[in-house]
Amino acid sequence: MLYFILRRILQIIPVIIGVTLILFILMYVIPEDPAQLILQKGATPEALANLRAKMGIDRPLHVQYWRYMRGLFSGDLGTSYRYGRSVNSILAQHYPYSIRLAFAAIILEIIIGLFAGIVSAVKKYSFWDSLVTISTTIVVCVPVYWLGMILQVTFGLKLGWLPMSGYGDGSIKYYILPAITLASVSIAYVARMMRSTMLEALSNDYIVTAYAKGLSQFKVVGKHAMKNALIPVVTLVGLDLGALMGGAILTETVFNWPGVGRTLYLAVLQRDAPVVIGGTIILVSIFVIMNLIVDIIYAWLDPRIRYEKREPGL
Amino acid sequence: MDLQQNNKILEVKNLKTYFFTDGGVVKAVDGVSFDLNVMETLGIVGETGSGKSVTALSILRLIKQPPGKIVEGEILFKGRNILDMNIKELQDFRGNRISMIFQDPMTSLNPVFTIGNQIMEAIIAHRNVDKKTAKQESLKLLEMVGIPDLKRRFNSYPHEFSGGMRQRAMIAMAIANSPNILIADEPTTALDVTIQAQILELMHELKEKTKSSIIIITHDLGVVAKYADRVMVMYAGKTVEFSDVDTIFYKPCHPYTLGLMKSITRLDEAKREHLKPIEGNPPSLIDLPRGCIFRVRCKYAIDKCKNILPPLLEIEKGHFTSCIRAEEFLSGSLKRKK
Repeated sequence: MLYFILRRILQIIPVIIGVTLILFILMYVIPEDPAQLILQKGATPEALANLRAKMGIDRPLHVQYWRYMRGLFSGDLGTSYRYGRSVNSILAQHYPYSIRLAFAAIILEIIIGLFAGIVSAVKKYSFWDSLVTISTTIVVCVPVYWLGMILQVTFGLKLGWLPMSGYGDGSIKYYILPAITLASVSIAYVARMMRSTMLEALSNDYIVTAYAKGLSQFKVVGKHAMKNALIPVVTLVGLDLGALMGGAILTETVFNWPGVGRTLYLAVLQRDAPVVIGGTIILVSIFVIMNLIVDIIYAWLDPRIRYEKREPGL
Repeated sequence: MDLQQNNKILEVKNLKTYFFTDGGVVKAVDGVSFDLNVMETLGIVGETGSGKSVTALSILRLIKQPPGKIVEGEILFKGRNILDMNIKELQDFRGNRISMIFQDPMTSLNPVFTIGNQIMEAIIAHRNVDKKTAKQESLKLLEMVGIPDLKRRFNSYPHEFSGGMRQRAMIAMAIANSPNILIADEPTTALDVTIQAQILELMHELKEKTKSSIIIITHDLGVVAKYADRVMVMYAGKTVEFSDVDTIFYKPCHPYTLGLMKSITRLDEAKREHLKPIEGNPPSLIDLPRGCIFRVRCKYAIDKCKNILPPLLEIEKGHFTSCIRAEEFLSGSLKRKK
C-alpha cells in the first residue's frame, strides 16, 4: 500500500509539468506587458525596460519557464504583478475560506444526497422517489450562478432571513446560501447515483441471504447493501471534494466569497499571470491528492481491490 | 396417526405465490401442499421454472413484494402459521428456526464483509451474546463444516474462498442457531461433481448430528435417491406427486413423474435402453391450459383430462398424486409404457 501511495504522489510531478507548460504558453501569447501592468500609464520606456530585465520577462520562454519551475520546486510560486506580494501569501490568505466552504458543501452533499438516494431506492416508484427524480433533474439543469442569484434574492433580499453575500463574521448563516448553491448539482448527482447503485446492490443474492439470516431491513440496507452501493458514490464525492477544494469560481464570485475561486477569477481579469498559474497548480495538486485518497478509501470498502498484496486463493 | 401429527414440523397447505407483472399474473406456485417430519429429508424435484425455489422462498416469506405475493395457503411451523407473523416475529424466526442455503455460493455471500463477520452476524442476530462469544462460536461452526486454517479463514473475504469452501461457509452460517429446518435450494448446482458429494455428505452428517430436518431442492434425481426420505414432484407450480422415495422411483402414479424416471440413467435395470426425454415444453405460467396442466405432454391423456384439473389426492397411505388415472396405475390396469 505504501508503495502504491508513493507512486501515486510521484505521478503528480508530470501532471504539474504539463499544467504549468500549458498555462505558461497561454499567458505568454497574451499581448499584455506585465511591466506596463505594474507601472501603469505614463511610465518611461527606460523604466519599463528596466523592470522587464529585473523580472526576467525579456528572456526567451524556455528560460522563463525553467526559472519558474526552479522556484516552484523550492516552494516559491512567484510574485503577483498586481499586488506585488508573493503568490504563496495570497493563496495562503484565501485558501482557508475556500476549504471551509468546500467542507460545508460536501457535508450537505453527503447528507442530503445519500439520504435522498437511499429513500428513493428503498421506496422505489413511490411519491418520494418521484420527488427526488424530478427535483434532481431540475437542479442539474439550472445554471449554478442563476440558482445562487435566485437564492440571494429570495432569502437575502425578499425574506431577509440570511445575509446575501460575503463572509461576514464567519458565522454559519453566511455559509448556508453559498454552500447550498455550491452543493446543488453534486447533491443531485449523488442522489441519482446512490439510487441506482443502491437498487443494484439490493437486487443481489446476498441481500436475500441477509434477510434469510433474520436481519432487519435497516441492517440489510444500512450494512449489506450500503457498503456495496457506496463504492461508486465514494468516487463521485471524492472527486467532487477535490474539485470544490480548488475553489468554486462561480459560486464564490456570485456570493463575493473571499476564497481562491474568486481570487483566481479576479487574477484572470487582471492578467495577473503568477496568481493564475500558482493558483491552478495548487488546485490541480489537490485534485490529484483527493483522487489518491478516494483510491485508498476504495480499497477499504472493497476488499477485492488489491494494490500490491496478493493472497493465494484456496 | 396421532404420533405422525406430532412428528410434523412443517405443513404447507395449498400454497399459492403469484407474481404480478406487466405481462400478466405469473402463477409461479399454484397449489403446493406437503409436510415435513422431524429429522426427515424431503426432496423437491421438478424442472426449471416449476416453482421449487419460489416455494422455498415463500416458506421464509422472502418473496420480493411487489411483484410477488403469497395469495393463498397456509405454512404451519409446529402448528403456527408463518404467513400470520408480523415483521418482528418473522425476523426472529428466519435463520433461527428455519434457515436457508442458496444455489450459488459465489453470489450469496456479501463480497465486502469477511466470512467470519457474516457468520457472527447470524449468531448475534438471534442470541444475546457478546462479540467474543460469537467469534468463538463462529470458529467452532467453521471447524464443524470442515474449513482448515480457521484463524486465517475467519478473516478472509468470500473471493478468497473456492466455491466449495463458500458453500461450507454458507452452511456454517445456516446452522449457526441450530435451526429445526434447513432449506437447501440447489446447494450443489454451481459446484463440480466431487465437491457436490462432499457438500451433500456434510449436510447429511450435520442433520444427523443436530436432529434437524432438511428440504433439499434439486433437479438431480440421483441426489434425491441417495438422501431424501420423501419426495415432492412439482410441475408448473403444482404438486403433482408426493410420496416416499421408493414409491416415487418404483411405483410413480403420475405420468410426469414417470417421464422423469424414464429420462435418467438407471443402473438397477437389466435392460439398457435409450433415455426418453419428456416431449414438449412446460406451459406458460401466465396462461395455463384448461384441464390438467400436463395434458398436452402426457402420453396417457384421455378426453376427460381436458376438463378436469385433478386435485392432489391420497391414493394410498402417504402417497399423494394429482392424476385422474392414478388409480389405474396403482392397480396395474394401466401399464406404464416403456
